[in-house]
Amino acid sequence: MNDMIQASAARVALVGVPNCGKTALFNAMTGSRQKVGNYAGVTVERKVGPAETPAGRRIDVVDLPGTYSLRARSPDEEVTRDVTMGRRKGEPAPDLIIAVADATNMRSALRLVLELKRVGRPVVLALNMIDIARWRGIEIDTSVLEKALGLPVVAATAVRKAGMEALWARLDALLEAGLPVPVANSWAEPGARELREMQREADRLVAAVVRQPPKPDTVTSRIDSVLLHPVAGLVFLLLILFVMFQAVFTWAQPLMNLISDGFDWLGHGVTAVLPAGLVQSFLVDGVIAGVGSVIVFLPQILILFLFILLLEDLGYMARAAFLMDKIMGGAGLHGRAFIPLLSSFACAIPGIMAARVIDSKRDRLTTILVAPLMTCSARIPVYTLIISAFIPARTVWGAFNLQGLVMFGLYAAGIASALGVSALAKFMFWRKDPTPPFMLDLPDYKMPRLKSVAIGLMTRARIFLKRAGTTIFSMMVVIWVLASFPMPPANATGPGIAYSFAAMIGRFLEPILAPIGFNWQISVALVPGMAAREVAVAALGTVYAIQGGDAQIGHVLASQWSLATALSLLVWYIFAPQCASTLAVIKRETGGAKWMWLTFGYMFVLAYACSFITYHAAVLLGAG
Amino acid sequence: MKDYAVDLDHLQFTPLGLARKGFSGRIERIAVGDGPSSLPADEIERRLIELGFVEGAEVRVVHEGLFGRDPIAVRVNGATVALRRREAMAILAF
Repeated sequence: MNDMIQASAARVALVGVPNCGKTALFNAMTGSRQKVGNYAGVTVERKVGPAETPAGRRIDVVDLPGTYSLRARSPDEEVTRDVTMGRRKGEPAPDLIIAVADATNMRSALRLVLELKRVGRPVVLALNMIDIARWRGIEIDTSVLEKALGLPVVAATAVRKAGMEALWARLDALLEAGLPVPVANSWAEPGARELREMQREADRLVAAVVRQPPKPDTVTSRIDSVLLHPVAGLVFLLLILFVMFQAVFTWAQPLMNLISDGFDWLGHGVTAVLPAGLVQSFLVDGVIAGVGSVIVFLPQILILFLFILLLEDLGYMARAAFLMDKIMGGAGLHGRAFIPLLSSFACAIPGIMAARVIDSKRDRLTTILVAPLMTCSARIPVYTLIISAFIPARTVWGAFNLQGLVMFGLYAAGIASALGVSALAKFMFWRKDPTPPFMLDLPDYKMPRLKSVAIGLMTRARIFLKRAGTTIFSMMVVIWVLASFPMPPANATGPGIAYSFAAMIGRFLEPILAPIGFNWQISVALVPGMAAREVAVAALGTVYAIQGGDAQIGHVLASQWSLATALSLLVWYIFAPQCASTLAVIKRETGGAKWMWLTFGYMFVLAYACSFITYHAAVLLGAG
Repeated sequence: MKDYAVDLDHLQFTPLGLARKGFSGRIERIAVGDGPSSLPADEIERRLIELGFVEGAEVRVVHEGLFGRDPIAVRVNGATVALRRREAMAILAF
């Protein structure tokens, strides 16, 4: 009989309130490495992964965004509702629902279980993070809970292998016996009265089965007395951001020197082995100089991600949203927008997708509109290159690295412009609308898990290197071809590149960009920068390498550009019309091209106007 | 706080929206007024319930923001929830 059930793998859906560890459970069951974090809304779309039970049964596990109710208030919660009820096109309803609950706080989870029971599908309740609950002295009588709810209840610890055994054994037993046949879905959207009744029932259950410790855990509240202090909390938040950008500059330097020396050594080696000519030029100027100039920034990007991952795992993100709510509200942004915007420091694409947790449409659109203004990690290479070429590495005010300060200033300019644009958008589009509410669960602090941080860093490193090997590499080949052909005539006087296609394109664009201080080399580098911003650096590397001269791109720039041009390019990249993939995500997430073009347009205008002002102000001050 | 309409018969209870840090009590009822909000009163009420604000629950105001002491963080039955004072006006405690 079981063979029939096993003919197709059973579909098991993970449903629970936000931040109860569904994705951690998903990873434990399927061996995947999906991103986890200690805040509500890490997962905003559904993910399916195959798994095998200890007894060898194949199942498909579906991870879903967290939700307090099946009412679906925001786009991510709609996904959960539709998958759970089998309303999603081309996707069968789950054969089994695993209701995931945070064992340290079961009130809202149990209310959701009462709702899930009405869907008519078999439900198993998994009390996740049972280790933390036990450590705090919380005792849960699962057998009483099982009887009261009328469904299987198992304790689990997703992050430990031994913590999964009970759940696996239960699943195997259920599959062995054959899953109960689903009954008709009797779920209807609950009104306030029903919700209240369900919450009361959940509270009665908690009172009956959970024994709280005589002394509640006070670690979180003691930490919060500082980190959520009205003044000290904000100072601390600024301090964290500041230390983060200083670290990106100072900690990464030794590693960056090592990588840069490695590529130099490789370039010299190839030059020595191969005869001078096209092949040598392709390898040395195109591949090594181009790709190498981007890979060198890997340490900085990893340090930035290390900070973000630690803050996410600790449970600080929701606190930051609390501290920033009023400040961001003044600029027409929702407090919850802080998390998508902070993610955008890494890359605007996950940031824009994270905006799905914002239920109000206008707040979501505003967040998406300004997310690309947050300095993404692809801009780090551009910033670093120019800063290290033009800004002296002096120590100012006793302790601060001047280069780090300029970097901090560029990030601050991005944040300030994001606030300014959202205030303007509010004024233009939504002046009369009342402000939507802000309600957010502040999770207990958790010690970051070394393993999940390490996995997060490895994932980012892999993505970055893959980009360097594919997008950036192919761009470099194109640029090398454009910069090498057509070959200069035999009687050429200047460097050969002056006769190339690249020079033609650059000179064509130069009249448009000359007013903001860009020469033809910059103009031609901006074009591939649309594919990925860091390619602009690689393109400059190749163009100047073919042109000849110093191997170190930074030294070349310092000798060829005026300070005014350098500052203008820095400012350009604060606003730079973003990469093609960000525009595509904006189009997808907003459901139309309108917001995509609006974003592209306003950023281009801002970039051009601010670079124009910067360049001419710098020239007037004698930096031309 | 002048822009909040408070029914006279509610005054025997403290709306959490007016409570200062350190206030602690029990929820008497949830009564969402017709304040300026983009959501219907019923929807606000449901969201508050979903976060654990039901009659009889113990609440304590544990943190306040810097500007206008807003938003506030409220401890409710073992969880901490951040919300703005405007929405907290609907939570009447004693």
